[in-house]
Amino acid sequence: MLRFDFLQARNLRHAISLLERHGEEARPVAGSTDFLVRWRQGFWRPACVVNIKGISGLGRITYSPQNGLRLGALATVQAIETNAQVRRRYQALATGATSFAGVQVRNLATVGGNVCNASPAGDTLPALLAFDAQCGITGPDGARILPLTEFFQGPGRTALQPGELLTELVLPPPPPRTGSLYIKHSPRGAMDIATVGVASVITLEEDGVTCRDARIALGAVGPVPFRAAEAESLLKGRELSPDALAQAAEAARHAATPIDDVRGTAAYRKDMVEALTRRTLQHALRMAGGRRVPFEEQRRLAVQTAF
Amino acid sequence: MNKQPLRLTINGRERQILVAPYYSLLDTLRDELQLTGTKKGCDEGDCGACTVILDGQPVTSCLVLALSAQGSEVTTVEGLATPETLHPVQQAFIERGGLQCGYCTQGLIMAAVGLLQDNPQPSAEEVKFAIGNNLCRCTGYTKVVEAILLAAERMAEVE
Repeated sequence: MLRFDFLQARNLRHAISLLERHGEEARPVAGSTDFLVRWRQGFWRPACVVNIKGISGLGRITYSPQNGLRLGALATVQAIETNAQVRRRYQALATGATSFAGVQVRNLATVGGNVCNASPAGDTLPALLAFDAQCGITGPDGARILPLTEFFQGPGRTALQPGELLTELVLPPPPPRTGSLYIKHSPRGAMDIATVGVASVITLEEDGVTCRDARIALGAVGPVPFRAAEAESLLKGRELSPDALAQAAEAARHAATPIDDVRGTAAYRKDMVEALTRRTLQHALRMAGGRRVPFEEQRRLAVQTAF
Repeated sequence: MNKQPLRLTINGRERQILVAPYYSLLDTLRDELQLTGTKKGCDEGDCGACTVILDGQPVTSCLVLALSAQGSEVTTVEGLATPETLHPVQQAFIERGGLQCGYCTQGLIMAAVGLLQDNPQPSAEEVKFAIGNNLCRCTGYTKVVEAILLAAERMAEVE
């Protein structure tokens, strides 16, 4: 049986010093929902874990109109899903969180863990990308800020340097007339991994019809989750007719570079990228135009199963 | 890998034990504390048979590192009933036939207890969402949902 030692970090500085001291032998853990599974499967075999759960202040969720949403890295997915400001202003993030595993796992799993595990299919990641999240990182040489788009380097690989920890994610405040949605397509309605995940955010001009900004992020269709920049540029400054949305959806299809696996073929995934991009844009547009969609209805939209 | 001290309040009683650093909360409950009502199904968080209430929230105890729960309060299925009466959720599962083989049952009951704490009057849809982390291969869930709704009704009457 594989074994590891358990080291409890008292605070952020202590965590960093423990990670520095133990180097590649150590792995930071928080919710440990991915870690324990990967360890039991033998993929991850650290000599010790540095538990950062319990470091005070790292799990806060705050919102202000000036600074937007700050998610401490230890904020659980459940805390994000149930947060009133997230549900009201960052619908794609709330729907990403509601589509994530099941309630018992959401009560443990942290947003920082979802980001640092850097799975292309991580359910909070497309929404975080689409809301222009910035990563707060602290390490032996101090703190730095990195856009989330530069954080993901490959499946399971991130821009974190040895001894560095992700401490928070900061999402700018959405301008007025913004709406968003994440849709996850997966074989089962709970406890499954996304076959495809798409988050779209739309902001309208004061006229209520012209697109001021559009952001689309795709999950599970490339080595990392990413923004579909070309699709976004097809929408900015235009009136969002059904044709315009269809063109953006087609551009998103072309941006996707999926693989075949047990959840779907690459060709199927590309079809689903187009369908879900169009669908998330339609809902985001309606919400940006002022239509209120109760969270129960968003939750129904958030997971679309194959069966 | 030396065992480390762990202090927990389990079903209202404070316990101090030594646990291996790589032990899950589930293995600790079953192997170190002989609280075997909590079941091990998949050991990867998918089946929900190991659900306990940790500091007020239902969690899959197989995915919790025991030492990370230092100082926490844990309620297991053993902590629900008094010697005289079952918990309303337990009683409703019996009356509505919300179980067959029984292996998943304690997990479903703890998930239901967790739901009813936060949302005492859930809709059927909210009940289904709340037990999405629990697998049952016998019942088809219909009776389980009925049982949880019945328990909610009765708990509201009591209050």
